[in-house]
Amino acid sequence: MDSTNQTKRRDFLKWLGVGIAGVTSGGLLSPKKLEAKEIAEGKEFMGVLVDTTLCIGCRNCELACATAHGLPVPDISDNSVFAKIRNTSDTQWTVVNRYTTEQGEIFVKKQCMHCNQPACVSACLVKAMEKKQDGPIVWNPNCMGCRICMVSCPFDIPKFEYHSAAPKIQKCNLCWERLQKGEVPACVESCPVEALVFGTRRELIAEANRRIYTRPGQYVQHIYGEHEVGGSSYLYLSKVPFDQIGFRTDLETGAYPKLSAPFLYSVPVILLLWPAFLVGVNTLTKRKEKINQKEVKTYRSFLDSKCTPEVEEFNHATGYAGEIIMTGGK
Amino acid sequence: MNAAVIANETQNFKNILRFIINELKPKEKILTPFNIISAPIILLGAILIILRLVKGLGATTNLSQEYPWGIWIGFDVMVGVAFAGGAYVLTFVVYILRSEKYHPIIRATILNGFLAYVFYAGAIFLDLGRWWNITNPILGNKFGVNSVLFLVAWHFLLYMIAAFIEFSPVIAEWLGLEKIKKILNSLVLGAVIFGITLSTLHQSGLGALFMMAKGKIHPLWYTEFIPVLFFVSSIFAGLSMVIFEGSISHRVFHDKMDYEHRSSHHGIMIGLGKGCALVMFVYLFLKVLILIHGKHWTLLNSPMGNWYLIEIIGMVAIPCLLFLQGARQGKLILIQIAAIISLVGIIINRLNYSVIAYKWYLPFSERYIPSWMEIVITLSIVFAEIWVFRWIVSRMPVLSKSHE
Repeated sequence: MDSTNQTKRRDFLKWLGVGIAGVTSGGLLSPKKLEAKEIAEGKEFMGVLVDTTLCIGCRNCELACATAHGLPVPDISDNSVFAKIRNTSDTQWTVVNRYTTEQGEIFVKKQCMHCNQPACVSACLVKAMEKKQDGPIVWNPNCMGCRICMVSCPFDIPKFEYHSAAPKIQKCNLCWERLQKGEVPACVESCPVEALVFGTRRELIAEANRRIYTRPGQYVQHIYGEHEVGGSSYLYLSKVPFDQIGFRTDLETGAYPKLSAPFLYSVPVILLLWPAFLVGVNTLTKRKEKINQKEVKTYRSFLDSKCTPEVEEFNHATGYAGEIIMTGGK
Repeated sequence: MNAAVIANETQNFKNILRFIINELKPKEKILTPFNIISAPIILLGAILIILRLVKGLGATTNLSQEYPWGIWIGFDVMVGVAFAGGAYVLTFVVYILRSEKYHPIIRATILNGFLAYVFYAGAIFLDLGRWWNITNPILGNKFGVNSVLFLVAWHFLLYMIAAFIEFSPVIAEWLGLEKIKKILNSLVLGAVIFGITLSTLHQSGLGALFMMAKGKIHPLWYTEFIPVLFFVSSIFAGLSMVIFEGSISHRVFHDKMDYEHRSSHHGIMIGLGKGCALVMFVYLFLKVLILIHGKHWTLLNSPMGNWYLIEIIGMVAIPCLLFLQGARQGKLILIQIAAIISLVGIIINRLNYSVIAYKWYLPFSERYIPSWMEIVITLSIVFAEIWVFRWIVSRMPVLSKSHE
């Protein structure tokens, strides 16, 4: 107990230090956060490969997900849900949608992509969104509920409980609690046709490429999630172009946190240079003011020397209010 | 000897307390048209705030999963902070450049800026779903130092402290604490330098919050230069607010102003108008550069493109010319009209980023339109700020020059 308290105190001091350094230097002392890294401290990012050519739209994954996380259990025998495209919500971490394409009906599972360099994590000011070393992005209750993660996420995944007085951010956590026990995510386990494959991201990309090469007619030559927004743990294969099955194909390949990097890099520069500049200008204007005062003084003594004693006295009494008029006559 | 000093001090303290209690009583007519309109709104707002805290954001706002930020962020915080920009601009002119011309309005401007931060940035509290965690970025043990919002949060807090120090000599003067006033006066320059630096960063930082909303904000508004645009526009937004507020104060608090303040009013307003025209020209120039650089002109011929042109030409270019014309001819009315148009333009600009050009591609049924409760709460925050401003101006030496 004692030792944990001590660690807590040490942690607190450490974070206080980081906080102060972060504030004074303007928030960016660790640019390594912006570099692409898939392997953190010896652990590889885990991920899921979704082969949409295999998915039959049984929605067992929705059921398994809801059961595993204590969410309202959906009725998966009800096919009417496919009538319109659904989004994940604060009570549904994953949904399966049906798209009608030139190649027939295609079912696509949707959930958090678990980006390698997540926008939500870098946007969060209290680290309530956290990227685990195994890949999952999880939410912590020290969240303030500011919802900037929702503004920042390129896939619009974090969902907020608007109708709660103690709202949480709800989103897929890649079954982080199961991963810690060495189990695979609930959705993957529940899939009857192996449309979902769990593994390290590296293995999954190799597997996806193998499928594309061995059956070239069956897939478009693209793994969605390999490069989008810097890569993600969820990877998708498809037989039609991805924009036909609800994916944003206008996203850039660079990591999202890089978008705010130029501003963050300029912060320490401004924080150091601005005050120095302001002090400099202030000093210069002070000198100018002094010189002005000196000039006034010389001018006034010049006036004094030209005036009669009465006018001089008047000038002194009125603070030289009428100096021009009074000397004008002389 | 010692006992006498202590007795004297306690007597002093008692006097100050009695003075404050006396000052707390209302001094003006209570049944004015402004009070009759604003009091019920503030009251209703207070009730709705309780409803929001008990029932959650969904019960009071029209926010959705698609629109996480509504007018409490887009108007209260984004616009309120831009309007408060006059404080840092004028402290720069008066304390750094030492322009005596603008000295008569500096106290009112700082007060306005400070209150704007307290009330409008304070509106964040209502918008936070988990408001009890509001101290986490300051006192927590997990700091998101890579987060733009982390920087903005810290800067809001520090700037409020800096603005309070800038204003504190007035309070000391009001209480008749000459010695303390001297000490506080010596802190003002430091606070000013710190305050200008913080303002530069968090005015632009508010824009940087949208950097990762790429693809959600219409390309005519989304650019990597959003932070620069927010900073530059905060200068003329702040100055326009000073003109607007100054013109109203000049009428309403005429008797509270000293001769110097009243007689310099015209010249000050003209000077501020000139400043606005210059900064707006720079802003327009930047906007055109960004438009050409982004090759987005083909988008101008669309509904959103027309909306963009209304904002840029109607709300920036035209008031810029009006400011220029007003300053040339010395016509106050032109300057005042220009100030009002630019303020509306800033409201539209900030709402574009957070609400209107945000997810412009969604069908109308899924778009965000604020609920009446959001509007009432916003209005009550504005009115409450005006009440506090009026209370302070009626009592403290804000509009009259200090007796140094």
